[in-house]
Amino acid sequence: MTNGSTDSLAIQMTDVHKWFGSFHVLKAINLSVQDGERIVICGPSGSGKSTLIRCINALEEHQQGSITVVGTELTNDVQNIDAVRREVGMVFQQFNLFPHLTVLENCMLAPMWVRHMPKKDAEEVAMRLLERVKIPEQALKYPGQLSGGQQQRVAIARSLCMNPKVMLFDEPTSALDPEMIKEVLDAMIELAQGGMTMLCVTHEMGFAKTVADRVIFMDEGEIIEENEPEEFFNNPQNDRTKMFLSQILDH
Amino acid sequence: MSVITQGTRQHQPGKNPSLPPPINTENPLYWVRKNLFNSIPDTSLTLISLYMIWLIVPGFVDWAFLDADFFTDDRFGCTSDGACWGLITSRWDQFIFGYFPREERWRVVLCFFLLALAMSPVLYDKIPYRRPLLVHTICFPVIAFWLLIGGFLGLEAVETSRFGGLMLTLVLGITGITLSLPIGILLALGRRSEMAGVRVICVFFIEFIRGVPLITLLFMASVMLPLFLPPGVTFDTLLRVVIMVTLFASAYMAEVIRGGLQAIPTGQSEAAQALGLSNWQSLRLIVLPQALKISIPGIVNTFIGLYKDTTLVVIIGLLDLLGVGTANLADAKWLGLSSEVYVFVAVIFFIACFSMSRYSIFLENKLNTGHKS
Repeated sequence: MTNGSTDSLAIQMTDVHKWFGSFHVLKAINLSVQDGERIVICGPSGSGKSTLIRCINALEEHQQGSITVVGTELTNDVQNIDAVRREVGMVFQQFNLFPHLTVLENCMLAPMWVRHMPKKDAEEVAMRLLERVKIPEQALKYPGQLSGGQQQRVAIARSLCMNPKVMLFDEPTSALDPEMIKEVLDAMIELAQGGMTMLCVTHEMGFAKTVADRVIFMDEGEIIEENEPEEFFNNPQNDRTKMFLSQILDH
Repeated sequence: MSVITQGTRQHQPGKNPSLPPPINTENPLYWVRKNLFNSIPDTSLTLISLYMIWLIVPGFVDWAFLDADFFTDDRFGCTSDGACWGLITSRWDQFIFGYFPREERWRVVLCFFLLALAMSPVLYDKIPYRRPLLVHTICFPVIAFWLLIGGFLGLEAVETSRFGGLMLTLVLGITGITLSLPIGILLALGRRSEMAGVRVICVFFIEFIRGVPLITLLFMASVMLPLFLPPGVTFDTLLRVVIMVTLFASAYMAEVIRGGLQAIPTGQSEAAQALGLSNWQSLRLIVLPQALKISIPGIVNTFIGLYKDTTLVVIIGLLDLLGVGTANLADAKWLGLSSEVYVFVAVIFFIACFSMSRYSIFLENKLNTGHKS
């Protein structure tokens, strides 16, 4: 199903539209993401950022246009959707860890049930990734016993256990106490430096400046402006972008 | 470096030592004062309760034990003021086995024993030899059918109309409990299904069963059903009753479990989907375990209700534990001993229901993973 060798595009969205009822949330979205590219998406709330990235792993269904992810086009075909979800990891604002499973079990679940990995191997992979996000010592605790920052790092490790080709982040630091934001951002920066293809909805402009290859600004369901971070922050073209940046940067 | 003074103590910033609490909260006297005599209403309630206990308990103990006759052949043998337990001690086998043929009763005893063995690995997951025991649990329905009804593999057939007493109560209660949970889960899922046909059927079924008293359903099963069946076709009264009791409990179970399912945030199934789990895996591994855990109090509530509702079978002529008791009260030898019979039956039911209730609390504590959201 994948023909990735001839194609270095990780994600290709062409003229994507989506409505919630009669509300037009995504309007003619065109977006190409290269393998290994790091993209930050920002914009006011309700602008469709989350919906955009949730369309990429089919948590939301797009109604018009086409989305191709690592060589597989998202159609109504459940097999295609499953194939895409296996290759795309996602980190949520509310962590969404499974509270009835230990941290280790959270990480082992998908490799064992989706990739049919033997338990021992899954445990090894899980421990390696928990070490990578620097919380191997919490492996046997339950999510409810961890701080928000630790939970979000577990969520990152859990996604990485599936060895995804693309990672989606949906406001990963917005539900965290200020002192915990850094530990999560550090894990994300480390991941970005390792060459992961990343799409990240965030308001952490420092993160955008440090790691993003491209920053995308959305408003009212449209991509208003996209540029390299340097240009985007220092020389925004669109008035709407200028206003948004002045609001979040001037404190 | 600056020094902070707090009361009579001095310490450096960030080095304030943790002190023991001013009152020893472990002290039993502290517990008594806090929980029984905390305020004037508290104290008066405690005193009223103590007075009621003093009023009731000694009288009951006198009646049930100290002044009671335990072994007599009829009510005329009871000479003291207290309870006359002769009915129960002389007819205990009927209370347990009903009218099961005397020479075949070892089968029921063996079945009780195997039942305990079958329940143990389900109730305690740390039991030794859990795997072989679970195999036994899975085979148990067949074994129980063979032992109790027989008619093949060398065991003589026993008519289900001879079932009675505690044994009948357990057959109805345990079959109902084991079947109503899975059926309830299916109905709950069906009611939330996106397929309109399935949803309509489930809603109709649940609302119909919940809208009708159990007695009506039992009457329908015993009186009306034969009218619909072609003449000559009969099927076992006990089977019909088991089906009705199970369906009745399933409808309530479905609503309890639907409540649990609704309490699980959508983020849980989204996270499962994002990891590539199929809908079925997400349901089985993520959503249902959590939903069932939240529903434990409601599920056990339904179980207890079902267990007690089994006494209603007496109206269609099956004699369960309570039925055997009331039937014996009609015997001229034991006229007028209803208190003894009802107290005895109440105690047996209380033991079963209270055990279920305690077990549910044990289970809730065991499954508590410190997550509150």
